[in-house]
Amino acid sequence: MPSSTTVGSPHPYIPATDADRKRMLARVGVDELDALFADLPAAFRDPNIDLPPALTEPELIALLGARAAENAASSRLSFLGAGAYRRSVPSIVSHLTSRSEFVTAYTPYQPEISQGTLQSGFEFQSVVCELTGMDISNTGLYDVASATAEGCLLAARVTKRSAVALLEPIHPGTAEVVGTYAGGAGLNVDRLSSADELTDEHACLVVQQPDFLGTIVDLEPLGLRVHERGGLLVTVADPFALGLLQAPGDAGADIVTGEGRDLAGAPAFGGPSLGLFAAGLPYMRQMPGRIVGRTRELRNAENSGEEPRTGYVLTLQAREQFIRRERATSNVSTAQALIALAFTIAVQALGPRGLRESAELCYQRAHDAARRVAALPGYEVPERGPWFQEFLVRGPVPAGELAARLSRRGITAGLDVSNRAEPEARDSLLFAVTEATPDGHVDALVDALASIGDEV
Amino acid sequence: MTAPGSRDEDFGARLSFDRGARGRRAVDVPAWSGVQTPLPDSHLLRDSVRLPEMSQGELVRYYTALSARNYGIDSGTYPLGSCTMKFNPKVNDLIAFLPGFADAHPLAAEEEAQGTLRTLWELRRGLAEITGLPAVSLAPAAGAQGEFAGVLMIKAALEDRGELGRRRRILVPDSAHGTNPATAAMAGFAVTHIPTADDGSLDRATIERELDETVAGVMVTVPNTLGLWEWGIEEVADLIHDAGAYLYADGANLNAIMGRVRYGDLGFDVAHLNLHKSFSTPHGGGGPGAGPVCCNDELAPYLPTPIVVEDDGGVVRLAAPERSIGQLQQFHGNAGVLLRAYAYMRALGLDGLRAVSGQAVLNANYLRVLLHGHYDLPYDLPVLHEVVFSGSRQRRQNGVRTYDIAKRLIDHGFHPPTVYFPLIVEEALMIEPTETEPPEAIEALAEALIAIAEEAERDPDALHDAPVTAPIGRLDETTAARRPFLRWQDPGAVKS
Repeated sequence: MPSSTTVGSPHPYIPATDADRKRMLARVGVDELDALFADLPAAFRDPNIDLPPALTEPELIALLGARAAENAASSRLSFLGAGAYRRSVPSIVSHLTSRSEFVTAYTPYQPEISQGTLQSGFEFQSVVCELTGMDISNTGLYDVASATAEGCLLAARVTKRSAVALLEPIHPGTAEVVGTYAGGAGLNVDRLSSADELTDEHACLVVQQPDFLGTIVDLEPLGLRVHERGGLLVTVADPFALGLLQAPGDAGADIVTGEGRDLAGAPAFGGPSLGLFAAGLPYMRQMPGRIVGRTRELRNAENSGEEPRTGYVLTLQAREQFIRRERATSNVSTAQALIALAFTIAVQALGPRGLRESAELCYQRAHDAARRVAALPGYEVPERGPWFQEFLVRGPVPAGELAARLSRRGITAGLDVSNRAEPEARDSLLFAVTEATPDGHVDALVDALASIGDEV
Repeated sequence: MTAPGSRDEDFGARLSFDRGARGRRAVDVPAWSGVQTPLPDSHLLRDSVRLPEMSQGELVRYYTALSARNYGIDSGTYPLGSCTMKFNPKVNDLIAFLPGFADAHPLAAEEEAQGTLRTLWELRRGLAEITGLPAVSLAPAAGAQGEFAGVLMIKAALEDRGELGRRRRILVPDSAHGTNPATAAMAGFAVTHIPTADDGSLDRATIERELDETVAGVMVTVPNTLGLWEWGIEEVADLIHDAGAYLYADGANLNAIMGRVRYGDLGFDVAHLNLHKSFSTPHGGGGPGAGPVCCNDELAPYLPTPIVVEDDGGVVRLAAPERSIGQLQQFHGNAGVLLRAYAYMRALGLDGLRAVSGQAVLNANYLRVLLHGHYDLPYDLPVLHEVVFSGSRQRRQNGVRTYDIAKRLIDHGFHPPTVYFPLIVEEALMIEPTETEPPEAIEALAEALIAIAEEAERDPDALHDAPVTAPIGRLDETTAARRPFLRWQDPGAVKS
């Protein structure tokens, strides 16, 4: 690392050379760079800081290339799902979302030079509304769990109630995050095993679709139940499954959240993620997050001789923190815009037929895998109703032991859900098979399970 | 025929939904040739989804045309104050996309994700060193979520002290980012605004008067949003602690002080950082970011879950702090962004980070002197990473608003600075050049702003028409808000 006293620029990321700096300092009227920090308290200035030495670009790539290879992700077969699923992401997604005009822009505060981000945001809102069957969408929140928490806060605001209900089985991470946000707002969170436990105190009923154990939920009766009680139906839906399943908006949902990461790209250890947030029209001015609206140029056709053109702006900003401050609907500012762009392009590339075909392929492959596992001696696949892409497997040895034996064979088993309350989950692992699970992986799983069965 | 995005076309009038043709497709899906399982009962299924039908090439052209209607840091100077729009090193993206990192499942066994976890552990240690706050959670997805975590941590600590019942107020300066008061409210606190004194720092008399047993915490941005050092913050920290409250640092402006002074040493109890600002990760048109929260030992038990820890056997693990406020996301945060931030920290090292803050501050001051006299400077003092001018003279004398000045800057090829923020500066122009701009770019920006000031005197009306070179002119934001049009509508459907 050349020090700042050597000739030239101190680093490839910092263009000013020593000569530049000298000239600039003279113009500013100080002798040395450190003089610009004279306001900082002397007692605390320039502390000892222990950081590893700087690396050149080749050294950086070598170090982190080795680190990436330490992850077993690429070398193992994995049947983990539970909120993060392997998807066939169209190749054009990473190509288009690598365009630096998208990547290196910020929040579109200047619409005249941000139409790319804004019009894409409007595309995203449109796609989310179509998938969910809702009236309005924002441009995306952090992830499904925080989006669901925001949904609970919205429901509490509009119903003026101070409790929310989560219907099991729901992703434990989602339930945790709702709990964190509810703690801020002073809301009680009740985890219900049945909608019968709903009361007039509940601002909403949160229902995951498909549920945490993979089962497809009939939303309509649940919507009727919660509406009878004066609460809102919040549906946490897998947007990919919505290629096949009834749109929650058609089943009575008032708010729909979801996770968009998997359709947008790789799981990346869980993030960047993408929270979808759509709602019915009555809640438009209570929405959290940024919203893009369509409008026209201000130019006067008579003066300019040209018709005003169509453009997009951030709108309904009176809800937001930078205007409303402590009375804002949420503190959200930067969210996940680039992931929302990837999600939009992926869904649009699939198109109406591709999305349906892909969702059906996922369904067929998962059910075929489950059937093959269930046919093995000593194994069963407990069903709780129709399901989409995740199934429970109970084997000849306890769930933890089954996972460990699979791991020794290079296979990462589905999540161990044996400690859950649902009777079907007893002693079970939750396997995910999707449209993107290679055929050979399922074959290897079936072989491995069979050989484990033989050992017992 | 015109190419998509040509200036002759009303490009925005036709969404992807209005393009292509029925029956086209951009990807094909493998057929299933195995045993067919009957689909679930039809009342659980949908008929179809309305989506565009475009070929692959059409879809690529449409989004390529959209990208051409955007301006990013790679396009040119982007001096958006408070946002630290520095160059985003490309090697960071390359690293985050390595399959070993990208394909890691969030629920994979820790032993199978050591590459990611080891890297996050080292990032955590680095951030602790840089902030002087030893405990860190990398979980928050963005600055505002980091703020939320920090304020919830204060709340939890007060609850354990048995004082939450009476400590219901958070003090926030009137120059603060809007996220600060919004966050305090989300965490259930009342907000008291503290005025800014003539030297740009918190008004000490008000702070001293307000600090009592009803105060939970004070949120301060250091350096503040005027780009100025917060005078005597280390003494204010003592006053706050003597009153039994906590001091929170909004770390949005860390770029000014990296390697030179640390929040922990100054007496801050908890801070959030915006890695998409100081640590160069791409802003993405509004995310993804990352907003780690760093704190002292007293607040460490309350950090959000997970934190990254190394066990006795040298294995890096995810853990829940003893009295954690809980999880903020379903999984562990924006790991892909954190990997980029780590790569940035390693590319710079301590000397490099000090060179970053040094050059960032020099660039802001260089711009300050180049523009001095051409625009009002309400706080006429040497600055740190950014400088806040005012267009009030142009408004008063020429009827030109900061809004007009910003729009004309687009015609000069620049992204405008942040405008009308901080709220305490009339007609504010908040300019943050960052260290990655060469002096020529700063001089060109200054020349453009001086030319606009001259134009304001000579031909103010012309400025009201700016920009004239952008892909689209000024848009009707009022109608957009009054008659919201928020999603594609089928032009064939009956209009309501």
